[in-house]
Amino acid sequence: MIIQYKTIHSIKGQLVFIKGIPPVKYLELVRFTDQTGRHYLGQVLETGKGYAVAQLFEQSQGIGNKNIKAEFLGKTLDFAVGKEILGRIFNGIGEPLDNLKPHFSDKHLDVNGFAINPWSRQYPNDFIQTGISAIDVLNTLVRGQKLPIFSGAGLPHNRLAIDIARQATVASQGEKFSVIFGAMGITFEESQQFITAFEKSGALTRSVLFLNLANDPVIERIALPRFALTAAEYLAFEEGFHVLVILTDMTNYAEAVREIANAREEVPGRRGYPGYLYTDLASIYERAGRIKNKKGSITQLPILTMPEDDKTHPIPDLTGYITEGQIILSRELHQRGIYPPIDVLTSLSRLRDKGIGEGKTRFEHPRLANQLFASYAQGKELRSLSAILGEESLSETDKKYLKFADAFEEKFINQKDNLNRTILESLDLSWELIKILPKEELRRLRQEDLEKFYNH
Amino acid sequence: MNQHPQKESILNKNESLSQNNSGLIVKIAGPLVVAENLTNAKLGDICKVGKEGLIGEIIKIEGNLSYLQVYEDTAGLAPGDKVVNQGIPLSVELGPGLLGNIFDGILRPLNEIAKVGGIYIPKGLAIPSLNREKFWDFEPVVKTGQKVNGGDIIGYIQESAFIKHSIMVPPNISEGEVIDIQKKSLKVTDQAALIKNPLGETIKISLIQLWPVRQPRPVLKKLVPEIPLITGQRIIDALFPIVKGGTASVPGPFGSGKTVVQHQLAKWSDADVIVFVGCGERGNEMTDVLEEFPRLKDPKTGRPLIERTVLIANTSNMPVAAREASIYTGITIAEYFRDMGLSVALMADSTSRWAEALREMGSRLEEMPGEEGYPAYLGSRLAAFYERAGAVECLGSPKRQGSLTVIGAVSPPGGDLSEPVTQNTLRVSKVFWALDDKLAAKRHFPAINWLKSYSLYSENTDSYFSKNISPQYPEILKQTMSILSEEEKLLEILKLVGFESLSDAERLILQTAEFIREDFLMQNAFDEIDSFTSLKKQYLMLSTIINYHTWQANQIAQGKSFQECNKPEIKEFIKKMKFLPENNLSIFDRILESLK
Repeated sequence: MIIQYKTIHSIKGQLVFIKGIPPVKYLELVRFTDQTGRHYLGQVLETGKGYAVAQLFEQSQGIGNKNIKAEFLGKTLDFAVGKEILGRIFNGIGEPLDNLKPHFSDKHLDVNGFAINPWSRQYPNDFIQTGISAIDVLNTLVRGQKLPIFSGAGLPHNRLAIDIARQATVASQGEKFSVIFGAMGITFEESQQFITAFEKSGALTRSVLFLNLANDPVIERIALPRFALTAAEYLAFEEGFHVLVILTDMTNYAEAVREIANAREEVPGRRGYPGYLYTDLASIYERAGRIKNKKGSITQLPILTMPEDDKTHPIPDLTGYITEGQIILSRELHQRGIYPPIDVLTSLSRLRDKGIGEGKTRFEHPRLANQLFASYAQGKELRSLSAILGEESLSETDKKYLKFADAFEEKFINQKDNLNRTILESLDLSWELIKILPKEELRRLRQEDLEKFYNH
Repeated sequence: MNQHPQKESILNKNESLSQNNSGLIVKIAGPLVVAENLTNAKLGDICKVGKEGLIGEIIKIEGNLSYLQVYEDTAGLAPGDKVVNQGIPLSVELGPGLLGNIFDGILRPLNEIAKVGGIYIPKGLAIPSLNREKFWDFEPVVKTGQKVNGGDIIGYIQESAFIKHSIMVPPNISEGEVIDIQKKSLKVTDQAALIKNPLGETIKISLIQLWPVRQPRPVLKKLVPEIPLITGQRIIDALFPIVKGGTASVPGPFGSGKTVVQHQLAKWSDADVIVFVGCGERGNEMTDVLEEFPRLKDPKTGRPLIERTVLIANTSNMPVAAREASIYTGITIAEYFRDMGLSVALMADSTSRWAEALREMGSRLEEMPGEEGYPAYLGSRLAAFYERAGAVECLGSPKRQGSLTVIGAVSPPGGDLSEPVTQNTLRVSKVFWALDDKLAAKRHFPAINWLKSYSLYSENTDSYFSKNISPQYPEILKQTMSILSEEEKLLEILKLVGFESLSDAERLILQTAEFIREDFLMQNAFDEIDSFTSLKKQYLMLSTIINYHTWQANQIAQGKSFQECNKPEIKEFIKKMKFLPENNLSIFDRILESLK
């Protein structure tokens, strides 16, 4: 039997201090009920002899220390999983939002999950074709990778995520594929953009949506990715799905972590974020990957908007230290009307070299990619130099670099008219552009690469 | 000295639970647990916490309260749960079976955990570090009646084709007498020898030693390290060398290639044993090592690299407190192999995550925070850790020298090198490889900035190079550095006045610097041949570039123009020399001859 306690001592923000209780477990769930019978869910954050500190999952407006009762539920936050969750929409703590009845399952999983044993992991090395040249050729996404999109306010990160989700699906026909979408603190319109797109592509029935919009309780925002990833782990490692998890916007998530930490009067770290933000973010991002002898995989595509486009801000900075690369969007390219405006030089996929080359894409791909990076970097450098000294001060070769950099942006990065290129199309296009440069400049390519592709 | 060779393992001592050394939990907040009335509590003691027997360590005592940092997830613990003091400090099992395996931060074997726990790591597992069932052929080298002291080698085990594992008398034993010695196949817990000490007590020596991780293992004396640790990485070996027994740090923002540098060093360093500590980093990186090292061959011995490697993994989502311990676990293992007279290299990726774990526990203990919230003792802890490196004369007989090289990655927030972890590390490490994200953006790897990096060992290695490679080598290295710094100045000028205004001699410098950067310093870790370059080949490559430079400089000095003193076949050769296989270096002689 669950006992109700009326010994609420104090309430401060989302934190409730309860006194005069028998021992309760750390992270145990607690349900508060007010005089009208309304429930509020919380979680034990600190427990001691005869007292506990609980954190509410929703607004504490309207509750006082005299009018509520607390019940300790004896369990931690969990999610009932089963194939029935496909096609459903939930809030941040796994309650249905789609006017359907709660799904039923005997299988309840702790949403905090457990760390995957590194020994059980399998290194991700299956190429995913996204149809986006700047990703496929230069910053390749592989199955089981966590590759965030670093964006800024007003940039088309949502559109890019939708395009990737749609086009990557096509490339893996015959296998079970699912999209899990976690929205944290984004607006209603933004969330509709995703839902409509999933509907159109028919992916909605194979998706699970978790929505916590801008006006929903902040604390649920912290639980949301954990519910989403619990669903992902179930689908991937027990049902054999290849799951693509889109989490947006991680900046809102981190803001929520900061808000709660401040309410708990914790010592703030850089820019007010708690010192454990790295570990906290890692507990989300690390729930991606492949497992030995398991069919499914979890690929994460978190989206975050960099405050003031600043890469060194704690949120992108800590994320970059955990994830396996990053796709960075450029405001300059966007303003010039290039879509997708991917800043290829600062973007990176750490798993690229394991996912490309002979037997995966094409044998010269790794060297060709390095050559494109080097030549484009050179071209951009010369572009700023010619802005100071004038183009006439450049040598003939330098001018070719300028031409290459322009063509690279206009034809290769820009895919306005041709949104979905196969990897071979992208590679052939790369060769077409690299031929702008004289052969002697192409130091990262091998003789056999040049013989096969440059001379034709 | 706090040593307990008689205790089998701290992790499976459930049977020794007794009432008189237990207490009750009064508070839980994250990894911090406070227990009341824990009798005989000493700082550093290991305790079993709660019904699941989670491992915790006492880090503060106040009145009748003991504060513990718990190495596992504390969800589900409640006040009133029992805490049992094991009475010994956090210790690890040292013995055969460490090599080729992967362990968590407190040395639990992850492959064994996977057998019991499936794909995730469950809580409260008590699995001994070393396999209890496996037999090892023990070859004794002492006889009964012989006097032995701490550190003396009593026998060997051929652990792998190239690693002879010495079984040593624990350091705390002195003037013992061997009263029994075995010569047969033994399990790690079997008695290998019996020793009687001057007090008349007999001590059983098995193949396992237990050692407290926070206490450095003793040595006879420390030596000045002088022999370079050859890494096969050109920019490191040639310009910023590290020595066997030295310390180095690799700070860099994310994406600048810290981990690839660390992996390359783990792969190609000419150490006998590598200890790789993945401290708060990605799980996939450990998997990468696990998948790749069995396939790659040690250039020195031709054996799979995994046979000389010990992996410690506390990935970023594993418990924070165990992250703090993982660094010490790793270095204790490294010291153990050093004590056998081996050269050991330890890579810690990343020490910043370790420092953050320290900060997190510090703030939960409500300690006064120092700079950026780190505890004030950050500097002294870091210094104490790096000081465990060194070239040493090992304890005991036969006389032998070992070395322990420590290479720590640092992950400064926002790439800002003025932050406390980087600054405290720079004070104690002698080599600094500064990773530069501008180079990384151009895909110039390793992205070690040649103008910011330094090595305080260059003098030591210069004499080694002139003795073992070529008397000219130090001079060539000096010229290389001066051309690179000259280039930097010229590039500044170029930005203002344009290419046309440069003299021929200056143009030559720009060209040679480009050769050095593109064809020597840049090295592709993913290319089979380029991944490793021997010292000999490094010397030949640099000589070619510098001799060509000298030849051209002479021509220009004689009045020829820059365009005229051009040898296209040499240029062509320089561009592809990094891909020449190691067994085909004679071609360099012909090229160098033509430049005389």
